[in-house]
Amino acid sequence: MKKVYSRIESITGNVITVKASDITYGELAEVNTRFGVSLAEVIRLDNEMVSLQVFAGGRGISNGDEVMFLGHPMLVSFSDALKGRIFTGSGEPRDKGPALHDNLIPIGGPSVNPVKRIIPREMIRTGIPMIDVFNTLVKSQKLPIFSVSGEPYNQLLARIAMQAEVDLIVLGGMGLKYDDYLFFKDALEEGGALQKTVMFVHTAADPVVECLMVPDISLAVAEKFALKGLNVLVLLTDMTNFADALKEIAITQEQVPSNRGYPGDLYSQLASRYEKAVDFSDSGSITTLAVTTMPGDDVTHPVPDNTGYITEGQFYLKGGRIEPFGSLSRLKQQVNGKTRADHRSIMDGMIKLFAAYRDTLEKKSMGFQMSTWDKKLLKYGELFEREMMDLSVNIPLEKALDKGWEILANCFEPQETGLQSKLIEQFWPQKA
Amino acid sequence: MTTTKGSVTGVNGNMVTVRVDGTVSMNEVAFIVLGDKRLKAEVIRVRGDLVQTQVFEMTKGIKVGTPAEFSGEMLAVELGPGLLGKIFDGLQNPLPEVAEKTGFFLEPGVYLDALPKDTTWSWTPVAKIGDQVERADTLGTVPEGAFVHQVMVPFGLLGSYTVKSIKPSGMYTIREEVAVLEDADGASYPLTMMFEWPVKRAIDCYAERLRPVEPMVTKNRIIDTFFPVAKGGTYCIPGPFGAGKTVLQQVTSRNADVDIVIIAACGERAGEVVETLKEFPELIDPRTGKSLMERTIIVCNTSSMPVAAREASVYTAVTMAEYYRQMGLDVLLLADSTSRWAQAMREMSGRLEEIPGEEAFPAYLESVIAGFYERAGIVRLKDGNKGSVTIGGTVSPAGGNFEEPVTQATLKVVGAFHGLSRERSDARKYPAIHPLDSWSKYQGIMDPAWVGWAHWYLERGSEVGQMMKVVGEEGTSLDDYVIYLKSEFLDATYLQQNSFDPVDASVSPERQEFVFGRAVRVLGTSFDFKDKEAARGWFNRLRQMSLDINGIEWGCDAFTEADEGFLSFMAERATGLDQKAALILESLE
Ligand SMILES: Nc1ncnc2c1ncn2[C@@H]1O[C@H](COP(=O)(O)OP(=O)(O)O)[C@@H](O)[C@H]1O
Ligand SMILES: [Mg+2]
Repeated sequence: MKKVYSRIESITGNVITVKASDITYGELAEVNTRFGVSLAEVIRLDNEMVSLQVFAGGRGISNGDEVMFLGHPMLVSFSDALKGRIFTGSGEPRDKGPALHDNLIPIGGPSVNPVKRIIPREMIRTGIPMIDVFNTLVKSQKLPIFSVSGEPYNQLLARIAMQAEVDLIVLGGMGLKYDDYLFFKDALEEGGALQKTVMFVHTAADPVVECLMVPDISLAVAEKFALKGLNVLVLLTDMTNFADALKEIAITQEQVPSNRGYPGDLYSQLASRYEKAVDFSDSGSITTLAVTTMPGDDVTHPVPDNTGYITEGQFYLKGGRIEPFGSLSRLKQQVNGKTRADHRSIMDGMIKLFAAYRDTLEKKSMGFQMSTWDKKLLKYGELFEREMMDLSVNIPLEKALDKGWEILANCFEPQETGLQSKLIEQFWPQKA
Repeated sequence: MTTTKGSVTGVNGNMVTVRVDGTVSMNEVAFIVLGDKRLKAEVIRVRGDLVQTQVFEMTKGIKVGTPAEFSGEMLAVELGPGLLGKIFDGLQNPLPEVAEKTGFFLEPGVYLDALPKDTTWSWTPVAKIGDQVERADTLGTVPEGAFVHQVMVPFGLLGSYTVKSIKPSGMYTIREEVAVLEDADGASYPLTMMFEWPVKRAIDCYAERLRPVEPMVTKNRIIDTFFPVAKGGTYCIPGPFGAGKTVLQQVTSRNADVDIVIIAACGERAGEVVETLKEFPELIDPRTGKSLMERTIIVCNTSSMPVAAREASVYTAVTMAEYYRQMGLDVLLLADSTSRWAQAMREMSGRLEEIPGEEAFPAYLESVIAGFYERAGIVRLKDGNKGSVTIGGTVSPAGGNFEEPVTQATLKVVGAFHGLSRERSDARKYPAIHPLDSWSKYQGIMDPAWVGWAHWYLERGSEVGQMMKVVGEEGTSLDDYVIYLKSEFLDATYLQQNSFDPVDASVSPERQEFVFGRAVRVLGTSFDFKDKEAARGWFNRLRQMSLDINGIEWGCDAFTEADEGFLSFMAERATGLDQKAALILESLE
């Protein structure tokens, strides 16, 4: 039996309170406003006072509006019919397809028992040398792209998604600009990947509370598919919008902020989503790539900062390129020893030389003399930026390693590279 | 004991308010009864008949009116043989057994016995009938892995007792009675090999606390030589994300020269625990010849597990550490990260609507942190033996800025500070412990005067390096430049250590002394160089030789040969030896 109440006691921001009995924490309700019906979730119980967060926001709600409790928490329909479909943050169709109602599953479920996890072991190939060679992406990894707004992070995300050999892509859009939403749709369609994609999209024009549901709903669906044996790639863009939605709600609820307005549980909130990335030993997996825009290019901003403490590294996108410094794949050592004998050495060696190049650039800008060595470094740095860092480069790992040797041979004598003689013998290109 | 009952009147996140019909005590365990599930909770505030509890599970599904039961017991852990090698969550649930029951996911409301109840242990009685005993006195022993596990009079039995009966040698489970005690009034106390102890109360059954003076060797050069930790001491490792806190604790958990290591994975990545979990059973502990896992306990309440249990997890860990200390063992507790524990307190404090302090942390943050680290210590037990608990905690400061409440509160109470710097980790200088910012109040494996002498080169070298950024190499004198090169040499070959190299990863104190001697020789020698270019080239080669030596097994022929090569290479350019250096070398040899 559904309970209906026709009096709202208070409306503050997106939160309404209703006097009601026998209501469950986390339960959903429908609020019938003059703009239509919106879902709402119970976020606090205090004797007979029930506080609900209204998905469509508090604007325009009247204290005479009707509230009907549904007797169940937020659920999402799970079946193969999801593939190729696009939904809103509350699971309503955003495309022209039918609403889905069967096989409803809860969202925001319990976490994986740590002892059931396995050590990550499989590389995900992206064709991007800055990733494949220098910060290898690994199946079941959770990794954000840190960048300022305006960088082509969504393009990068889409490209990795198309290139990665996964069974299913779940795209969770939060505060997505409509253009970006269309961009993803077109890109996936062109790449022929739309049929293996499920999208839950909250656009910048949609109510803020719906933004909060996107990661949970996306991950709940991803988890079910992974348990059915699929390797799922979850794309979350932009998690800073998610964090800002949390902030907005915390503030309207008069919670004491901890840092620049963000609530004290920001870390736990982000972690419970990112930690869903997993490799189920005898089944599928979830790999999560997210976007975290950094206000003011500031890594110490609470959102990138908390994210960095949670995720297994980050790709730092700057000036249209993945920066080798500031980028990290914490799982790379699990896989890059098994690819090719020269992989680790090329990775370390080229980065050390690139660091030396950056020092030389600094010296140069201060007007200090350039030695022969400095000049070699300058040449090397330019080549490295053009042939390795540029995002238009799209080659498999092995080609990228060969390219690395080519660049080195173009700029240095073998012993200047600091690479092991054994590798040099094997890989140093013969002058034609 | 009365069993108080109640019913829920409010839910706010994981804080649940209950109206009760009887007495309750602070930190008592309550259960919210949700159908056939019982969700564990802890009383954190009592106001009249309204009691606020923090629930150790997700609270979805609770209603106003949901029944609650109070246990009358404080949040406690089981103590007895069988803890070693186990993997627990923050409430001492054994996670592998939970996995057998619930599969991939941690279902709420599943609580299993921490100690295996059916394992039999080979019991040898120690106490005799008629003996007078007190709490923590040994009743008997059982072998547990490489240790003699002492079965003690429960720590909660105050006063003195007579041993009425005691089981003869034999195989018993921890359920079986092994002794009966009787108090002065004739009441009898049947005992098994296990008992419980509330986690938030320090175990204090020792004769006296001693000053931590003996070094706890980590086999990490920069720590043992420059910023040592003492057995029974405390230290912290603050650092921004990715600076190497977790890797540093992982290598310490492998190599530390202690009997038992307890790892508290507190609110960080689950994946990091998996590595330890899978690797430790395969690795051999050189002290015992058994697997490393057999000296290790893992308490694992990672970031997506319930936050209230995260708050409890560090106490669960330290209580088990204190328990093994009572047996005269040296225990090391590594907590990663104490900031997540502090944040768990902050979340709860916010829900209790307490007046917040800085960055919304509760006003009692400092005293709680101090109270936790105070549970470390080296003690003399009543039987004259010594035991110790050493605590090392990582701190994850917001924005990597050490001027924040958790780092500051921790720095006030610990004995050593290993500050990791972003600058060093970016430059891949691992471990990224900053040699100029870090400090230790403990005595390490070497004479502090020698260490201070070597440290001067780091300070002076850094000054020269700073100057050089402004005036260039051109504007730096050859003498200063050589000091700079010497400090870089010490940094690259002594402070930095390759955790992934099988030899370099752990360096014995003898080897550290030997290599330190070589470093002192380099620092104290004056050399003859034509110009800076020549000096740099020469030091590059010296550094390479030294790094090669770091990778060679200690004491083998190849080592001696490489060392001789190193010395003769040095001799080619040496023109004299500093007096102080000569004195240090004399005492070292
Ligand atoms: N001692 C070390 N030697 C080599 N690499 C290291 C070392 N310490 C850290 N790293 C690198 O830095 C990464 C992050 O280290 P981690 O200990 O996880 O950082 P934190 O816990 O401070 O966030 C590791 O994945 C590894 O690649
Ligand atoms: Mg860490």
